[in-house]
Order: sequence, then C-alpha cells, then structure tokens
Amino acid sequence: MRKMFKEALWPAAVFLAVLALWQGACTVFRIPPYVLPSPPQVFATVVERHASLVAAFRITAVEAVGGYLMSIVVGVLVALVFAQSPVVRRSLFPYTILLQTVPIVAVAPLILMWFKSGASSVMLVAFIICVFPIIANTTQGLISVPRNLVDLFAMANASRASQLLKLRLPHALPSLFVGLRISAGLSVIGAITGELFASSNAVGEGGLGYSITYANSQLQTDYLFALVITTSVMGCLFFFTVTGLEWLCLRHWHESAMKVDAD
Amino acid sequence: MKNTDTGQPPFITLGDVTKRWSNGVTVLDGIRLDAERGDFISLIGPSGCGKSTLLRLLSGLTPISDGTVTIDGMAPVAAREIMSFIFQDATLLPWRTVQGNVELGLELAGNTTAAARREACGGLLRLVGLSDVAGHYPRQLSGGMKMRVSIARALATRPKLLLMDEPFGALDEMTRDFLNEEVLRLREVDRFTTFFVTHSVAEAVFLSTRILVMSAKPGRVAREIAVPFPFPRTSALRSAPEFLERVGEVSAALRTVKGAH
Ligand SMILES: Nc1ncnc2c1ncn2[C@@H]1O[C@H](COP(=O)(O)OP(=O)(O)OP(=O)(O)O)[C@@H](O)[C@H]1O
Ligand SMILES: [Mg+2]
Repeated sequence: MRKMFKEALWPAAVFLAVLALWQGACTVFRIPPYVLPSPPQVFATVVERHASLVAAFRITAVEAVGGYLMSIVVGVLVALVFAQSPVVRRSLFPYTILLQTVPIVAVAPLILMWFKSGASSVMLVAFIICVFPIIANTTQGLISVPRNLVDLFAMANASRASQLLKLRLPHALPSLFVGLRISAGLSVIGAITGELFASSNAVGEGGLGYSITYANSQLQTDYLFALVITTSVMGCLFFFTVTGLEWLCLRHWHESAMKVDAD
Repeated sequence: MKNTDTGQPPFITLGDVTKRWSNGVTVLDGIRLDAERGDFISLIGPSGCGKSTLLRLLSGLTPISDGTVTIDGMAPVAAREIMSFIFQDATLLPWRTVQGNVELGLELAGNTTAAARREACGGLLRLVGLSDVAGHYPRQLSGGMKMRVSIARALATRPKLLLMDEPFGALDEMTRDFLNEEVLRLREVDRFTTFFVTHSVAEAVFLSTRILVMSAKPGRVAREIAVPFPFPRTSALRSAPEFLERVGEVSAALRTVKGAH
C-alpha cells in the first residue's frame, strides 16, 4: 500500500504542475475560453455534461472493444497460420504490413462508404488498426521457441497438437500481451477515427468521435476538452485492464510481469 | 563381451556411423561401438569433434548419413519410447511448476491418468530431494536445482537409455560433484544405460564404466578407456590413488588427441 502511494507520488506531482502551468497561462496571457478554457472551466463542464459524456463513452467503448476483440481472434488465427511454415509467412507477411502503413484516415471513409455506416463499420476501422500488432507479435512468439524445447517435445513423440497447446502457445503468451497492450490504445484511436467519418453520414451519433467533431464545429472548446479527457480515461482504462490481465497470466514465470514484485 | 555367454545382441550397436553435413563436412566418420545394458559411457574430446552430434544421432533428432544405429533392436526414432535426453541447459518450461515440468514426459506419452502422474512424479521429486519446491516455478530455482528437475523429468518415463549432453557444464564444481553422486545414486535405483558428454575428465572417470576419447576432423573414437571401479561409488573415490591415476591416463589421451593438430 505504501509502495503504491510512493509510485503514484511523482505522476501526481507532474499532474499538478501541468494544471498550475495551464491555469497560469490562462490568467497571465488572458486567453479567451474558446481558445483555451481554464482547468476549473473544464472541470465544471465535465460535471455539468457528465450524462452526455458517459453516453458517448459507452457508445465508443462498445465499438473499440468490439474491434479489439475481433482483432484478437483474427490476429491469433492469422499468427497460427503464419507459424505453420516460413513460405506462408514470407508470402503473406508483407500484406499485413500494408495494414499498418495505409493511413487509417484514408481507409475509414471507404469502409463507411462500402459497409453500412454504423457501429459495426466503426468496429471494423478499430479492428484494422488493432490487428497488425497482434499478428506480428504473436507470430514472433510462436516461432521463437528455443530449439532445445522443440527437441524435448520431439523426444517425447509429442503430437503437433500438443506441441502447439503445451509449447508454442504458452511460449507466445508474453509476446501476445505485447501486441494486446499496443492495440488496447489503438482500438480507442480507431473507434474515434471511425466515428469522425461516420458522423458525416449522420449516423454513429453520440460517440466520442462524433461529439468531438460536433464540439469543434460549435467552438465549444470546454466540451472538447472534456471529451478529450474522457477519451484518455478510456485509453488508460483499457491499457490498465490489459496490463492487469497480463500480470495475472504471467506473474509466476515471466520477467515482464515479475518486475512488479521484484524489488 | 558379456554377451558372448548369453548370445544376445548388445543393447546398442553403432555400425560405421558417419555424419556429413549438407555443406559436405564430415563430422563423424565410421564410429563403431557396442554398448551393454547398464553401461555408463562418457564422451570426451576437443570442442567441435562431434560429441553432441553423436548424441543427436542416437536420439534420432539428427538423421545419420551412413551406417546403422540400433537401440534395443530399434532404429533411433522408434527407440525414443525408451530414452530421455538431458540438455546442457535444463530446458524447463517456465510456465510450469517443478511438479508440472516433471510430469511433462508422462503427460505427452499420454497413457497415464493425472493422479498416477502426480503420484509417480511426487515419488521422483522425493528421490531427488525436491519435494519442498514442487510448487515453485523454474525462475525461483538455482541452476543446480533446475538441473535436478531436468533429471527428474527425464527419469519420470523410466527410460532405459539416458542421453546427457554436458548437463553440469554450467554449474560450479561443488554442485557438479554433488549432482554426479546423485546421478550414480539414481542409477542404482533404475539401471539405465547412459551416454554422457563432458569436458571434465574427473567427472567422466567418477561416473563412467567406459570413457571414449574422441578426436576431431573428422570425429573418431581415438581411444577407449575402461573404468573398472565397482559401484556404488562414493565421493571418497575422488581422492583414491587409482582414481587419480585413471584421471591422468584420460588427460594424457586427451592431450595426444588435441596435439594431433
Ligand atoms: N546442423 C549443422 N550443420 C552444419 N554443421 C554443424 C551442424 N551442427 C553442428 N555442426 C558442426 O559440427 C561440428 C560438431 O559439432 P558438435 O556440436 O557435435 O561438437 P561437440 O563435440 O559437441 O562440441 P562442444 O564440445 O563444443 O559442444 C562442429 O564443427 C559444428 O560446427
Ligand atoms: Mg556439444
């Protein structure tokens, strides 16, 4: 408990310092609220409009989580295929890199045009930017099993299935979690980006991305700030959920999870 | 030799075993060898002479280029049923507890119930003195303990042939001596035949019934030295004059082999 308090001390100090700077800038330079609202103003807006913030949070969270879960299922399956043979991997991997390099802002409007504009299309956008880190990291984990361990299983005449279940998958778990952590944040970005384009089609109303465009067009900068904060909260929530899950799964045996109880 | 009485073929026969890599290099050339049940054969020789390769040929992990290997009447891959391989590093699964690691072999063989496995492996852990850490994960163990887990895992399937590739090479001398005695103790319980690769002459003499001194490029058995000391052997043997004499003999043979090029 004391340790946790100590851990939180520095980030909290940074937070307060930023708030102070922010407030200072607002007063000293007399910045108008529609350019930069002061912290108390933003806080007031969060309190006042919390109902619509919560509603927007819900809509976007469902889309982000939907895309994220889809990317886990598809990403792991693709990684399993890639792990089967170097030929498959070499011929298909370049195309998965495409997934990452194509700008999502160009793809999102296409997806929303091709498919019915709505929550499921927004999920698809989130899926597209989430899936690459999961494919790449899981594949890496599946194929990097030490040769001695593979030999050990060969000596036991292990079937392909038990080699996969008892060796490759558990060995790939830490790498999978690296991908999951990266994609947790990306899923929020994906959902918001998807909504930006969905809103122009007059659907997807109410999500954070939609509300951001709306607040922006109305010069409701304080509400815009409130939305950005809500978005960050969602990103952090996702990230910490995944990190917690990772700790639960790997705490006994993997360094990445051990650090927590190391010193 | 013993078998001339019974007329049985030897437990293991290597007939002119040759291994060439795909790049044309011959690493082992015409290895001829018979091993009896209960033999403890140490392979010693300069680095790169093909000791690990010979073990891998015996295990079928690497295919033979020429010649024959017969283990209890079977080809190497078929004979995996009756053998275990202990690698230089303990090769434990980090996500399994000590108990889980020791059960792995039986679990993969697939003809035992979970309860029977727990029972058998619990007994084995007691035998190697690891009962207290049965629920620990490998990262919580010292190098010597990990190696003992690896040995327990290898013995869990009751192998008739044990292949050990420098299993104690990374350990300090005290731990190594201790584990040497442990191996001999376990061998009294279950008379497995062993091929043991090592760079330590003293270790080879202490453990073995026979020592094969190998030469390199291409790998051949340059010299075979019998170690006639009776079993059970205890640590007292290490300071006996006949032990030291044998160590001197093997060291000299090793020097000749290394001096050859
Ligand atoms: N898969 C392979 N392809 C080609 N050459 C190989 C392969 N594996 C091993 N070698 C070579 O074969 C030779 C014998 O290797 P091996 O590992 O059997 O030696 P070793 O006697 O065990 O040596 P050390 O004492 O260093 O462990 C070495 O020169 C090595 O480089
Ligand atoms: Mg070797």
